[in-house]
Amino acid sequence: MNFKLEQINGCQVLSILDERIDAHNSADLKAELLQLIEQHGGAIVVQLEQVRFIDSSGLGALLSGHKQAVAKSGKLVLVKIQQPVLAMFEITRLNRVFEIYADLDEASAAQT
Amino acid sequence: MSPAILQVDVIIPTQTRYLDLIGSIGERIAKELDSYSGDREALAYHLNLVLTEATANAIKHAQDNEAKNTVRICIHIEDRQLTIKVYDHGQGFNLEAVAKPDFDHPKENGMGLFFIRTLMDSVTYTQQADGNVLEIIKYL
Repeated sequence: MNFKLEQINGCQVLSILDERIDAHNSADLKAELLQLIEQHGGAIVVQLEQVRFIDSSGLGALLSGHKQAVAKSGKLVLVKIQQPVLAMFEITRLNRVFEIYADLDEASAAQT
Repeated sequence: MSPAILQVDVIIPTQTRYLDLIGSIGERIAKELDSYSGDREALAYHLNLVLTEATANAIKHAQDNEAKNTVRICIHIEDRQLTIKVYDHGQGFNLEAVAKPDFDHPKENGMGLFFIRTLMDSVTYTQQADGNVLEIIKYL
């Protein structure tokens, strides 16, 4: 899986550059998130702008990251989710579990 | 004019790299359905997702049996009924025993079959001596 990692306003921002998250690459995402949380803690922002498809294993990888972040007194925030992908969070009610924002600015504003 | 019958039959190795191919076939089929009056983009995503989940499930189950390391996926459309059959050679599982996710305490696993059940109209799983078949029906 292709990622871009940046530090913006004290947050680790992980942009997923693949269009598709499924059982083929979700283990990579899970491992990357766990490593990031282990190394940096605090707030991790996952930017999903490029992602046009996610399956249950992709949702599971993000949920794993969320649980790990909370266990470390941090948080995992999602931004720039495309509508069809957001619909999958809604069907599984995971939109109630994750903090989801339109973009980084909105996510930053919500943290202050 | 749409053909009365459309059937796609694919056999893939039990490797997750082929999930994209299988899902994409479903997405393209949704976009080719001339007579479908619902939300075509949503149907395209749903078929991509359901085929991806069902195939991933079959690949996962098939890994305990290396002798027959392929999964067969059959998509059949006739008279406004779309039928997906996914054949695996694994141990099989009890579909009825798969519980609905606990939304208040979400888990990483178990959402795949929930998606299939929620987005499609009928799901059955039949275990036979020569393999198992997950049959999914969607009325168009």
